[in-house]
Amino acid sequence: MTGRELRDRILPHLVIWPPILISCAYVLVFSAWTVWVSFTRSTLMPEYSWAGWRNYTTMLATRNWQIAYSNLFIYGICFVVFTMAMGLLLAVLIDQRIRGENVYRTIFLYPLAVSFVVTGTVWGWLLNPTIGIQKLMHDWGWTSFRFEWLIDRDKAIYTIVIAGVWQASGFAMALLLAGLRSVDADLLKAAQIDGAGPLRTYFRVIFPTIGPIFVAVLVMLLQFAIKTYDLVVALTAGGPGLASTLPTVVVYDFMFQRGELAKGSAAAVMLLGSLAFVLVPYGLYRYWKRRQGGAHA
Amino acid sequence: MPERFTPSRMAIHCVLILFAAFYLVPLLVVVFNSLRSTEDITRAGVIGLPYDLAWSNFSDTWSKYCISQHCNGIQPYFWNSLQMTIPATLISTLLGALNGYSLSLWRFRGDQVVFGIMTLGVFLPEQMRLVPWAIVLRDVGLFNTISGLVMIHIVQGISFTTLFCRNYYVSIPPDLLKAARIDGAGYFRIFWRIVLPLSPPILIVTVIWQFTGIWNEYLYGVTFSSGEHQPITAALIALSARLSDAPQYGEQSAAVLLAAAPTLLIYLVGGRYFLRGLTAGAVK
Repeated sequence: MTGRELRDRILPHLVIWPPILISCAYVLVFSAWTVWVSFTRSTLMPEYSWAGWRNYTTMLATRNWQIAYSNLFIYGICFVVFTMAMGLLLAVLIDQRIRGENVYRTIFLYPLAVSFVVTGTVWGWLLNPTIGIQKLMHDWGWTSFRFEWLIDRDKAIYTIVIAGVWQASGFAMALLLAGLRSVDADLLKAAQIDGAGPLRTYFRVIFPTIGPIFVAVLVMLLQFAIKTYDLVVALTAGGPGLASTLPTVVVYDFMFQRGELAKGSAAAVMLLGSLAFVLVPYGLYRYWKRRQGGAHA
Repeated sequence: MPERFTPSRMAIHCVLILFAAFYLVPLLVVVFNSLRSTEDITRAGVIGLPYDLAWSNFSDTWSKYCISQHCNGIQPYFWNSLQMTIPATLISTLLGALNGYSLSLWRFRGDQVVFGIMTLGVFLPEQMRLVPWAIVLRDVGLFNTISGLVMIHIVQGISFTTLFCRNYYVSIPPDLLKAARIDGAGYFRIFWRIVLPLSPPILIVTVIWQFTGIWNEYLYGVTFSSGEHQPITAALIALSARLSDAPQYGEQSAAVLLAAAPTLLIYLVGGRYFLRGLTAGAVK
């Protein structure tokens, strides 16, 4: 075999396969590995003696996990609803061929370039009653003003909603705006000829046509909510007490602070389960849509 | 067409300006507070204008501050983050481009399945990979090193970069490649002569997103490094935990600003590409 043949035949395979194999193995082997650990008796160190479902039942019974999941429920719903609502409002407003559109867009989207650690830290200051917004209101003379969510057990989770919406609503705005702009001009003209006002046009014509984009943004935001971790650590550290803990925080806590690798892994697998609960139906929906589209075309 | 200022237009601008204020307040608070003394902030709250500019916040934070017993300021962690982010971004983007090229233009049996698995990697939560990474890093001796974090971010990043590049390369007409192949061009020649010259837009998007994502990442950083080997996100959390009894808001604000500066600058310069990556990644 000549050198040239070697280069053309063999070398490409050496370049193509390793990264592909590594990243497939990374997804499959690492997932299987964590699932496996979740069924063992591992504590500080991984060991591979079988424990059955015990870690799962123990985790489900812990207070941490129960609080984390009810928090995830509250946080997930509020976060998604407010982010979508704000994103949609901003997208529709910007869609009115506003002067300075680029400036607004740049401002609404910059939080996405900032880390959750930074976002959480700064919102932690703003929401801190002794130095933040409450303090400002008191200094302005409104001394009865109360905004103590950060240290209130029942309200702490909503501070994460505020910071989360602040970070993600620009993202929703950008995607929804791209959707609004993609609507067929003929369709809009037809609506105009039919005498539909702007409000009617939005609700009857534009929003229904960009339905798939709504669903896509919704799914992105939901998986984003389920994966939220850094933001909580930086903003409330899960506190006061356990009041604003989330499943991701519990996973880390068990794995690396309590040295309960197996229980932590079981929690991680359940976290993956929640993610699958959102993503699998979406995947099926996309698949169904594509088949339907194929049938029409 | 010049905009006419009717009452409804004014109302729209008012609402948009209110929202813009909501988005800008945290940034302004950090910028202002990085120039205020801690005494001033503690007394008057975090929301306020800087009257006497305390530039020393920056020099103190940069090189004097103590974080978990090391009093070299935020500087070593800033360099750690750069040393981690730059190689991981470049290598994962290069591998993603090659992968995307192989998967979209050199189709092979099972390429759809392979691509599907790699796409799953984008969604898989980090928590599912912590234990395996801990074991792998320990076994190859890269625990608590920047190289270990670089390795993690490359492997983690490939899924993402491949997805981006593959979705871009599928729009290259196959005839272009057929012609090149008839002329006797091989895998590398086609990549070098045809695909790469078409790639700058997607490569810029990918580099921007990888840089931002890796720079801002926290969980891997805090799990697999400690002390002086931590990236800046982990150092920030360590800093605020240490200071929770006697907060130093001025210096901390300077630290936060320095930690956010690189990605913010990239966003301001490359905002257009940032947005393109967003729509390409999410909608398609």
